[in-house]
Formats: sequence, structure tokens, C-alpha cells
Amino acid sequence: MFNDIAQYFRTDTLPHIWCPGCGIGTITAAIVRAIKTLQLDQNKVIFVSGIGCSSRMPGYLDFNTIHTTHGRALPFATGIKAARPELDVFVIMGDGDSTAIGGNHLIHASRRNIDLTAIVINNSIYGMTGGQTSPLTPHDKRGTTSPFGNLERPFQVLELAKAAGATYGARATAFHNQLLTKLVIDAYNNSGFSLVEAISQCPVSYGRRNKFKTPADMLLWQKEHAYKAGQRIGHEDDFEIGEIFRSEAPEYTKEYDKLRQRLKEVSR
Amino acid sequence: MSNPKLMQGNEAVAEGALAAGVLFYAGYPITPSTEIAEKMAERLPLVGGSFIQMEDEIGSMAAIIGASLTGLKALTATSGPGFSLMQENLGYAVATEVPCVVVNVQRGGPSTGLPTSPAQADVMQARWGTHGDHPIIAITPSTVQECYLLTVIAFNLSEEYRIPVILLMDEVIGHLREKVVLPDQLTIVNRKGPDVPPGEYLPYENDDSMIPAMANFGDGYRYHVTGLTHNQKGLPTGNPEVTKPFMQRLTQKLNPYLDRIQMVEEVLLEDADLILIAYGCSARSAMEALHIARGRGLKVGLFRPITIWPFPQKQLEKYVGRKFLVVEMNTGQLAGEIERIFGNKAVERLNRIDGELITPKEVLEKIGGLCNV
Repeated sequence: MFNDIAQYFRTDTLPHIWCPGCGIGTITAAIVRAIKTLQLDQNKVIFVSGIGCSSRMPGYLDFNTIHTTHGRALPFATGIKAARPELDVFVIMGDGDSTAIGGNHLIHASRRNIDLTAIVINNSIYGMTGGQTSPLTPHDKRGTTSPFGNLERPFQVLELAKAAGATYGARATAFHNQLLTKLVIDAYNNSGFSLVEAISQCPVSYGRRNKFKTPADMLLWQKEHAYKAGQRIGHEDDFEIGEIFRSEAPEYTKEYDKLRQRLKEVSR
Repeated sequence: MSNPKLMQGNEAVAEGALAAGVLFYAGYPITPSTEIAEKMAERLPLVGGSFIQMEDEIGSMAAIIGASLTGLKALTATSGPGFSLMQENLGYAVATEVPCVVVNVQRGGPSTGLPTSPAQADVMQARWGTHGDHPIIAITPSTVQECYLLTVIAFNLSEEYRIPVILLMDEVIGHLREKVVLPDQLTIVNRKGPDVPPGEYLPYENDDSMIPAMANFGDGYRYHVTGLTHNQKGLPTGNPEVTKPFMQRLTQKLNPYLDRIQMVEEVLLEDADLILIAYGCSARSAMEALHIARGRGLKVGLFRPITIWPFPQKQLEKYVGRKFLVVEMNTGQLAGEIERIFGNKAVERLNRIDGELITPKEVLEKIGGLCNV
């Protein structure tokens, strides 16, 4: 299973830190398979992440990788992409990372429509700090900081990005692994800000507080509650997978380059 | 460019940055630093560079670190409140050893304070604003000419020692217009790249120089950058045996180079009984007062730390036994540092925190009082 993508890993950094049953590993493999399919130059691929379980991913990958500060992966990535637009920049964030502390950067990266391929690994919880409620924890579900159930309502992260100006949004899960690879490829091919929500399972910090006995139960939940566009919604927890939105808009770094060319012509 | 030229301090910073080869600016508007951003927005696209206005100062600091990792010289400018927001990522740049220059045109604080009035109240924030033990370089221009020259030097030090450099200005110097003479030739330093093939490259090598070679993202040297304590490959570790040499090198890496980093101006110190210590706008008032005092036969000198961090202690220690008067627009942030060196009996203070300049007259009065004793 692993040999086909081993060349993209710093194998000397393994084993990883993730708990048994965690979904981030399979999501990592799905993302790396997208890069393999796209045949991207390993020297030109940049992985940027914030802080949290999911943000440890770049450390295991053999690209130019940067593990930044909590919530700030997108502005770091913006600096990299604006400085060298020829680089292929992937941004890995968690749900708390990208929508709480980094929420402002998420809407502004969307608004700029800068050509980044961003992946939010949504496990509904702050895993690394032991299971606190995040802005994507569903209503009524339990975390260590919502011991009686979450009173707040979660963001719909893709709708948020769409409203802010992102030009591609998609959703898959750790269970729908091959779909995730395909969506990451489509996200990369979109010239503009692309956001893929990868729903993951955190059996240790979320599952055991929310009536999931095993990691397998959580994967089955993903399978049973996901539906594709046009299919009937059976339950209020159901969510759509696949491409959710796509639109056309000027991309930031291309617009900036046009400005440079225009100024060059004026000064001639 | 015609020489000499009339220029504003903030404008001179922008010109100095361009002369140093800056190709990336990210920032957020804040008085009294905004002219730097405006100038960069106008000039950078003309020279093939990039200007981006970020959503806040946290993002600005992040973006310049990202740009610098790809090999571009990168700048941001702000004032006190924005400087506070930059602190976490400033520490990230220190820990990951990414060169960049941060301009803080100081205004009155705390909080929103006095947005259009000068202060020198971020001296300690420049030194210890980010968490954890760390080295930092901060330099303080006193003239518009220095705004230009010290911006070039800030980039040079940053590139040479892989460290963020803070250009610690104040509202007076930022908005002052005066004559500058731009030199025909400047020394420009660029970061040292690796001289080994990618397989052998250690981005955080602990060698005798204490300053590892820096490969740019995208140039074939694939490595990891993290704010976690890391080994010589850049990979995270919590192992005390790896952490200790990393932290030792990080916190001591400027020590072999202090003579090249610490710049001071010394005026009439040889026979001075009383030594004024001042920097930035306050040094201008101190200088004026010194000349008037000398005209009256009072033996007064001026020690001006241009590099305020790391503080030029060795240069000042020569004057042990003299009396010192620290003139600054805060409650004594640098005076505390001088007291640490000489004890508090040798050190007098002249402070002002109401947004008004310390005038030469005030300095002179204080000198008069001290010299009569």
C-alpha cells in the first residue's frame, strides 16, 4: 500500500505521532497520491501547515515543508506564493487551526483568490490538546470544554470560503479516500484559492466522548452519512461529498504580474 | 537620484530597503509608519518585486517569513500595537533563523495610546516581546540619513546572521524631513547558500560559525522548517541532548560577531564627567544640550547606542566611574539596562511619557543640576 508513494516521504521520520485509528494518515496518503498523479516536481512543491495534529503532516513528507504557527499557515503560504508563483503550494490545516485562530486568514485568502491548494482536515475537535470544542464541533456534541454538549453551532467551512471568494470547494472523508485524491487533483488544477474539507476521525479525543466505540465505527459513520450531489438527504447529520462549488475569478499572483507588465509598458 | 536630497525618515527607510535589494513587502496600515507601506506599494512592482497588504500584522509577519524562505529580502513596517501582534511570528523567525527586517516606528502607548505622537516605549518589547530566550538585533536611527543607511545595514545583518532585525524608529524620526546624501556605493550582504549537494545539506548545522547556510525553498534543497525545537536537519525533537546544543547555538550565535553588530556614536567622552546616553529622537536633543553645556565649560559627553540590542555593553564599560544621564521617552527602559552595568548610584534619568519631545532645554537643566552637585 505504501510503496507506491514512499518516495514522497522522509521515511526516517516515521513512525508518525498520530494515535491508532486516526484518519490523518489515510488522508496524508490520499493527498500524496494526488501529487504523484499530477507528477509534480518534488523540488517545487511546498507544504505549509499550522499547529495541531494534522499540521504535523509536512514533517513526514519529502518536499519543501514548513510547520508554522497556530492558525497562520495561510499567510505564510501567501508570502511564499506571492514571492515565487511558480511553486506549487499546498496548505494543511486542522479545523480549530483554520476556522478559529486562523479564521480571518481563511476568509482573506479566499477573497484574494490566491492560487493555493488548502486542505482542512476536519476531525471536529482540538485533538492535540486533548479534545476541546472547535468551531467545527457539531452542536450538542461533547468535548472537554463542552462537557454537557456544545451550545454553539459549527461553521459550514466550504460555504464560508465560497462566500468570501474562493473559487473551488470540495469535501471528502478519510473513508472516501480515492475521491479525496481526485478532489485534491481538481483543487490543484483550479487557478485560484481552493479548499478541500477532509472529514477525519479522532477516536481518542472525540469518538470516545461521543458514543463511537471504535475507529471503525467512525469510518462507518462517514460512509453512511456522506451523500453525493443529487442524492437524498436521509438524516440531519448527512453531508455532501464531491465538488461543492466552482467559479471563475482573477487569481491574485497573475493579477499582480499583469500589474508589473503594465507598469513596464508605461515606463517604456 | 540627485544629491543631496530632501527626504522624510519613513521614505528614507523605503529607499534604503530598495537599495538593499528588498523584493517583498507585506504590511498593514498603522500610524506613524504608513508612508513606508505606501512607498513600497508604488515602487516594488516596478522593480519586479511584490507588495501585499495583509489582513493584519500577524499575517504580515507570516508573509515576510514565507517570502524570505524562497530567497527574497523581505520587509514589514508597523508601530507599537502592530508590533505587539507580530511578536509570536517574530519569535518564529528567530527560532527558524529566517532573515527579515521589521520596522517599528514607535508611538505613545500602552494600547492605542498616542497614535500621532512619539515615544520610545518599545525598547524592551523589541528585546523581549516574543516569548522564550532568544537573540535579537535592534537598531535606532537618529537622522533621516541614518534611516536610509541603517535600513541597508539592517538587511545586511539579517542576511549575514540569519536573524530578524528590528529598525526601532520613533514618530519624530519617521516623519522628520531633512537633508540626506545618498552614497554612490553601498555594501550589500546576501545570505550564504549551501556549498554541499542536497543530500548532505544540514539547514541547522551546528558548526563553528554558528550561522548555518540557508537554502531557498524551490531550489532543490528539500528540508523542513518548524518552530518546534529541532535537530540539525530541521526536524522536531524534544530530546534534551539535541535541544541543549540547539538552544545554546541559537541564544549565543551573535556572540562571536558583536564587534561587527554593535554600532555606537561617542561624542566628547574622553574628559566627560557626565555622559548622556540617548538614542533616536532623544539623542538629537541630548546632542544640542551637550554643545550648549560645553560652551558653558561643563564636561559633558554623549554615548549613543545605534545598536540598542544586543546592547553595546563592552563599549560603554570603558567609562566606568563616570556619571550617566539616560535621556529617553519612556519610564527608563534603557536606564535599567545601564543600572545593571554600573549600579543605580551612577545613573540618573530624564524621561518623558506625555507624547511631547524631550527638549534640549530640559536636558540642559538636568545637566546643570547634576554638574553643580
